[in-house]
Amino acid sequence: MLEKADVKTIDKVVVRFSGDSGDGMQLAGNIFTNVSAGIGNQVSTFPDYPAEVRAPQGSLSGVSGFQVHLGIGVHTPGDQADVLIAMNPAALKQNVKHLKKGGVVIVDIDSFKESDLKKAQFVTDDPYTELGLKAQVVEVPVTSMTKAALAESGLDNKSVLKCRNIFALGLICWLFDRPLEAAIHHLHHKFAKKPAIFEANSNVIRAGYDYGANIHAGVSTYRIESEAVRPGIYTDINGNTAVAWGLIMASEKSGRPLFLGSYPITPATDILHELAKRRDLGVKAIQMEDEIGGVCSAIGASFAGNLAVTSTSGPGLALKSEGIGLAVMAELPLVIIDVQRGGPSTGLPTKTEQTDLMQALYGRNGESPVVVVAPASPTDCFTMAFEAARIAIEHMTPVILLSDAFIGNGSSAWRVPEADEFPEIQPRYVPEELRKNWRPYMRDEATLARYWGIPGTEGLAHRLGGLEKDYTTGALSIDPVNHEKMVHARKEKVERVAMDIPELEVLGDCNADTILIGWGGTYGHLRSAAEELIKEGCPIAFAHFRYINPLPRNTQQILSRYKNVICAELNTGQFADFLQSRMPGLQIKRINKIQGQPFLISEIKAGVKEILGK
Amino acid sequence: MDIKQYTPAEYKSDQPVRWCPGCGDHAILNVLHKAMAEIGVAPHMTAVISGIGCSSRLPYYMNTYGFHTIHGRAAAIATGFKVANPEMTVWQISGDGDGLAIGGNHFIHAVRRNVDINLLLLNNKIYGLTKGQYSPTSDRGFVSKSSPYGTTEDPFIPAELVFGARGTFFARSIDVELATSQEVMVAAGRHRGTSVVELLQNCVIFNNGIHNHITDREYRADRTIHLKHGEKMLFGKEMNKGLVRDGFYLKAVELGTEGYTIDDVLVHDAHTPSNFLHQQLAMMDGHDLPLAIGVIRDVDAPVYNEEIDAQIAQIKSKKGFDTLRSMILAGEHWTVE
Repeated sequence: MLEKADVKTIDKVVVRFSGDSGDGMQLAGNIFTNVSAGIGNQVSTFPDYPAEVRAPQGSLSGVSGFQVHLGIGVHTPGDQADVLIAMNPAALKQNVKHLKKGGVVIVDIDSFKESDLKKAQFVTDDPYTELGLKAQVVEVPVTSMTKAALAESGLDNKSVLKCRNIFALGLICWLFDRPLEAAIHHLHHKFAKKPAIFEANSNVIRAGYDYGANIHAGVSTYRIESEAVRPGIYTDINGNTAVAWGLIMASEKSGRPLFLGSYPITPATDILHELAKRRDLGVKAIQMEDEIGGVCSAIGASFAGNLAVTSTSGPGLALKSEGIGLAVMAELPLVIIDVQRGGPSTGLPTKTEQTDLMQALYGRNGESPVVVVAPASPTDCFTMAFEAARIAIEHMTPVILLSDAFIGNGSSAWRVPEADEFPEIQPRYVPEELRKNWRPYMRDEATLARYWGIPGTEGLAHRLGGLEKDYTTGALSIDPVNHEKMVHARKEKVERVAMDIPELEVLGDCNADTILIGWGGTYGHLRSAAEELIKEGCPIAFAHFRYINPLPRNTQQILSRYKNVICAELNTGQFADFLQSRMPGLQIKRINKIQGQPFLISEIKAGVKEILGK
Repeated sequence: MDIKQYTPAEYKSDQPVRWCPGCGDHAILNVLHKAMAEIGVAPHMTAVISGIGCSSRLPYYMNTYGFHTIHGRAAAIATGFKVANPEMTVWQISGDGDGLAIGGNHFIHAVRRNVDINLLLLNNKIYGLTKGQYSPTSDRGFVSKSSPYGTTEDPFIPAELVFGARGTFFARSIDVELATSQEVMVAAGRHRGTSVVELLQNCVIFNNGIHNHITDREYRADRTIHLKHGEKMLFGKEMNKGLVRDGFYLKAVELGTEGYTIDDVLVHDAHTPSNFLHQQLAMMDGHDLPLAIGVIRDVDAPVYNEEIDAQIAQIKSKKGFDTLRSMILAGEHWTVE
C-alpha cells in the first residue's frame, strides 16, 4: 500500500452517502458511523429516505441518503456535507444542495451513462456544468471495480451489484483513515447468516480501500480528531429505538409489565416495530384497529396494572384526545409518545416539525392538564422515555412525550447504561395502613397522586370512570364545589411534578445579556449555534427545555436575568407563546422555521445576529 | 384455584341503582350477579368494563373491579385490560349505540381477534341517555326525535356482524327471560374467546314495547325458540313445532302435519365450526321463523391473549434474555476501554 500523499487534520467532518434506494447507502453509512464511533469520534446521523415506497430505479424520487457528522463537538448531523458519495446521476442532482462549496464529490462513473443521465432528467451530457457544481469531483469506476473484485466469487450479477455500496464504503474508509478490520467486523455481524455474501463484501471493501490507496486521487485524506470517551459498551441507536428501550428500562425499574397499544403511523411506527420484537423480553405490544384503539387498549392495560404506552404522530394524537382525557379523569399512569411530523392534517408525514406542542398541552375537552416532556436528541429519547414512564407511574398521570421525525430517525453512538444508573421507580400502590378504608381517589399528600389499586388484589375492587367523582369517597358526584375542587387537585398534581424534575441548566456564556432557548429535538442545532456564536465574538447563553409542563421550577428566575430572550423553534412560536402565558411580562424574540426540515446552524446564527442588530 | 363459593350479593356494590323504574336493565343486572356467582370467579378477579349509555352505568353497581369509560371504546379498553392482566375475567357492557355505532370498529375487531372477554350487548334499538334518537339497530322507517319522518337506512343485525367478524360465540336472550339470560351469561363466561350475548332489552321511556311482537306473553312461546346444544329444535306452547331443513333454508313446521315427525326436526349443534346454520338460526326474527334465544354458537378457536402469552413464553425460552441489557449485548455493539 502506498503512503498517503496529503493528510489533513480536522476536528469534524460531514459525509453524505447517496444512491438509489436499492443501493444500500443506509448500510454503508451505518457501518461507517459505527466504525467512527468505535474509535472515539462523536457521531450524529440522519437518514433521508425517499417519500415513495418504491420509486423507479435511477429516478429522482428514488434517491436515498444518509448523512453522518463525526469528530469532536458534534451535536447535529451537520448542515452540509464535506464529502458526498453519489452512486448515480439522480443522487448527485438531489444532493448537490447538501454539499458545501468546495467539497468533494465521489461518483460512480460507471452509472453516468446517457440513459442514467436521462432517468435523472439531465438535458445535456455534462451533469457537472448543468448543476453548476463547484466541487472537486472524483470519478471512480465503482461498478466495474466491484465486478472485477468478485470475478472469481461465483456470485450472480445481481448479487455482485449489491456489493457496490461496500466498495464505496471501503474507499471512504481509506479517505478518512478508518480501521478496515472494524468495518469488516460489522459486515460479519450483518451477514452472519450469509457467509458467501459476507465473503464477497469483505473482498469488496478491501478492494475499495486499496483502490483509494493506489490511485493517488487528487484529494486529501483526513485525520479526524477524537477525544477520550467514557469507557463502556456502545451501540448505535436512533431516537425511536431509544424510546422503546427507555420504556423497557422503566418497566424493569418499576416491576410493572410493559404494554404498548399502537397503530402504524409515520414517523412513529418504528417504536411499534421495536417493541413488537421485544416479546423476547415479555413486552406486550399490540397493533390495534385504529389510533383510538391504541390509546384505549393502553388505558385498559394501565387500569389492569401495566406500564401502559401508546405511540403515534400528530394526527394520531388528535384521535387519541378523548382517551387521554379519560386517563386524566381516571388518574391512571399512561405514556403517550408523539413523534411529531409536518402538519396540519396529513401534512408532511416524513418531515420534521415541532408543531404539536399546543395540541399536547391543551388539545382536550375540559380542564385536562397532562405532563409534557420532550427529548433533546436521539440518545436522550432513552432518558426521557424513562422519565415519562417514571413521572406517569409515580404521579399517576398521563405524560406526553414529544419526539420528532428528526431525532426519531436520527442516530448517535450510545453508551449502554449500567443497571444502577437509572433509579428504581416506585409505583404508588395502596399503602398497607390505608387498605381497609381505601377509596380510589384518596391522594398522597406530597404529590396529590391517587393510589394504584391493581386488579386481582383482594379488598381493592373499585370502580373508575370518566364521570366526575367525589374527592373523598370516589363515588359519582355532580356537586359543583366538589367538581371545582377536583379540577384544582388534578391541576395541582401536575404542577407538583416540578418538584421532581431537574432545574433548567444554562450553558454557553452565562454572563451574556442574551439567552438562546429552545425545546426538544432542536437541541443539537441550538447548542452548536451558541458555541459558534461565542467563538465568533457574539456572547450568548443557552438553555434547553426537556420538561415543558410543568416547567423547571427555576425557569422564571433564569429567564428574567437576560435582557434578550430568543426562542428558536420549528413552528410559528408555540413554546414562546406558552412561556409568555406562564410568565406575563416576559418578552421573547423568536426564530421560527416551518419547512419540514431541521434548523441549519447557520440559520440560527443569522437569526440571532439579526435580532441583536449585529 | 379459588374454591370459595360466592353469593350473588357479593357481586353487588353499595351504590344506588339509578335506571328508570321498569327499565329492562334492572333484570339484566340481577341476573348478571347470579350468573357470576354460578360461574364462581371471585369478585376481585372480575372486571366489568363499559362504554357510555344507560346500560354502561352497570359497572358502578358491581362489587368487582370496574371501569365506566368513554363512548364506544369499551371493547378496545377491555382488550388491553385482558392482554395486560389475563388472570382476570373480563366482562364488557355495551348498548346498541355504544357497541355498534360509535364503537362498531372496536366491536368487530374484538370479535375477530377472539380476545377472551364476555360482551353483553344490551339492545333496545334506541338512544336512551340522549333521550330518544334512532340507533343502528332501529328498523327502517323508525320514527324518533332524530328521524321525525322515519329512518331511511337499514339496521345492523348484531348476530350478522358477529358472524361476519368470524365470532366464536353468540347467544341471545330477552330481559324478561331470566333463566335463559342466566344460562347464556354462564355459557359466555365459560367460553374461551369473545362471547357476544345479545340481550333484547326494553326501554320503558323512549321505546316501550319495541320487542313486543316477540316478547308478549300471549305469543312469546310461538315466536321464540330456545336452542340448546344436542337437543331437537322444538318450540311452541305445546312444544309441538319444530325447525326442519327445506332445501338451503329452514322451515318451521307443526309436528303431525304435512307428514312431519319428530325425526325430521333438526338437532342443534352449537359446537360445529361451520357458522352456516348458526347464522341462519341467528337471523330468524320472529316473523316467519321464531327468534332464537339460548346459545346459538359456541366453538373452540385460538384465543388472542392466550396466543400472545404462548408466543412470549416460546420466544423468551428460545432467546433467553433476562434484561434489556442482555438483549442489547446480543446485538451489534462495541467496547470503549
